[in-house]
Amino acid sequence: MMDFLATIGRRSLATFERLGRGTLFLLQVCARLGFLFSRPSLTLVQVWAVGVQSLVIIGVSGAFVGMVLGLQGYNTLVTFGTEESLGVVVAKSLCRELGPVLTALLFAGRAGSALTAEIGLMKATEQIPALEMMGVDPLRRLIVPRYVAGIISMPLLATIFTAIGILGGYFCGVGLLGVDEGAFWSQMQLHTALGTDIGNGVVVKSIVFGAVVTWIALFEGFDAVPTSEGVSQATTRTVVNSSLAVLALDFVLTGLMFD
Amino acid sequence: MARRAIVREPVRPDQPRTGGGGNAVRLAVIEMPSVMQDPTHTQMPHDPLVTLEDVSFARGSRVIFDGVNIEIPRGKITAILGPSGGGKTTLLRLIGGQLEPASGKVTVFGRNVQGLNTAELFAMRRRIGMLFQSGALLTDLDVFENVAFPLREHTHLPESMIRTIVLMKLEVVGLRNARRLYPRELSGGMARRVALARAIALDPLMVLYDEPFAGQDPISMGILVRLIKQLNRALNLTSVIVSHDVIETASIADQMYLIADGKVVESGPPATMKSSATPAVVQFMQGLPDGPMPFHFPGADYLTDLIDGASP
Ligand SMILES: Nc1ncnc2c1ncn2[C@@H]1O[C@H](COP(=O)(O)OP(=O)(O)OP(=O)(O)O)[C@@H](O)[C@H]1O
Ligand SMILES: [Mg+2]
Repeated sequence: MMDFLATIGRRSLATFERLGRGTLFLLQVCARLGFLFSRPSLTLVQVWAVGVQSLVIIGVSGAFVGMVLGLQGYNTLVTFGTEESLGVVVAKSLCRELGPVLTALLFAGRAGSALTAEIGLMKATEQIPALEMMGVDPLRRLIVPRYVAGIISMPLLATIFTAIGILGGYFCGVGLLGVDEGAFWSQMQLHTALGTDIGNGVVVKSIVFGAVVTWIALFEGFDAVPTSEGVSQATTRTVVNSSLAVLALDFVLTGLMFD
Repeated sequence: MARRAIVREPVRPDQPRTGGGGNAVRLAVIEMPSVMQDPTHTQMPHDPLVTLEDVSFARGSRVIFDGVNIEIPRGKITAILGPSGGGKTTLLRLIGGQLEPASGKVTVFGRNVQGLNTAELFAMRRRIGMLFQSGALLTDLDVFENVAFPLREHTHLPESMIRTIVLMKLEVVGLRNARRLYPRELSGGMARRVALARAIALDPLMVLYDEPFAGQDPISMGILVRLIKQLNRALNLTSVIVSHDVIETASIADQMYLIADGKVVESGPPATMKSSATPAVVQFMQGLPDGPMPFHFPGADYLTDLIDGASP
């Protein structure tokens, strides 16, 4: 019994300690954000690595999710004879939830794990100590450009995901199942608001998710035990923790935004 | 206040040939706070550049240094010998301020390393070139860009000049024509030489070599030994070599320290070390298996370990 309590105590202490170190890391990174403007090309390269390299998986997933939404939405709506509203269903669910959340989950798996592995391996192969010994601040030179690139890329990827998803829904609903094309688009236009649906959903949510996923990924890499085993564990933790964080945050944000 | 120092001087005859004809110039534009500059210029020339006073350091419960005193004289080659795992890399990290001693004082260029703030520490490190044991090249950059890296980070030199400097440094280590290879395409010894070129890219005051001779074939070993000596003289460097290659190190060192069991066992010029009668020095200098220095990691005795099957 005492052992059990001690284990719980030790575990939670360790968790809080990591949380504290992670927060400190975030603050240190934020304090160096100004570096961004003196070397913008470094960030551009990372936008390529983090964002552009994720385009394929985001596009393909968006298309399939949109098509499934089209099919399922049609099957439900047609029983009530309201299949013209298919456009609204597809667009709203993609903008508000599926677009930002699924993009963030895919982003964590594709870009987040790559960031952790990259930074962790740089630590394991003494590249980060070497930077420090050369008088180069690794937080500024390595972490800041990657962090900003993550925050820039996520909303762009979520927008692309959502747009392709809507086209997927259109393809299934209008192309395959014969929903009226005019009704599909006009209903969507009428009932989707720029501020609440697109602004809150695609923009705000995905910026928050991008900031959190990239933060977790970079911290796990920077904090990894510098061995191949340590790096692989850190990569796993990145995917698990950032996925959980995205889902939990989504609940909170949804509660705040759409009451 | 950052001051920009521009060093421009013709190649002296005793400098290693760096190719590119006779009009080669040595150029470095380095921004550094003036505080870091002054001590090195105002001190007497025979003042030690680095001192470790009574330094102790432990990893967990394992004591690695226990009251170590070392002086690195300016302009000389100092060798630090010690068994594998004896804390030689740790020592270099203490000098570079990456680790803090549990007690004692590390002074570099006349300043206490523990008393420096981050900016001062980074400015100090810019004057130190460090050759890492593994090379520690940046894996996403090719050889050329790796050597150019410190120049791009710390100077505002035009591209043509960066190219000239990088090619000169690569010529010195014999890898000018390997400049488009990536670190994964280099052998361990080649990577170490690229790392050396990178370490001297900014014309540092002091170079720390961590095991420079490990993994070198006899030819490049010989060249490297001479190179370290020549660099030290031509660039007026101070060199610290950490090694367990006794013969090579002894051939170029001005001063040697032998570290074992967290203490300095003996120090002096190579000749004194070779003729020393201290058992640990004799054992290390001649590579004898029996002596005061254990080959085994400390712990239970072999026989008891084999017989006593209970311990993991
Ligand atoms: N990050 C670390 N955490 C815990 N212990 C460490 C760490 N790094 C090194 N050590 C321990 O410190 C001791 C000294 O390590 P160090 O790397 O300085 O040895 P070394 O003299 O450079 O050895 P070698 O000649 O093999 O490179 C070793 O026994 C090692 O077990
Ligand atoms: Mg070592």
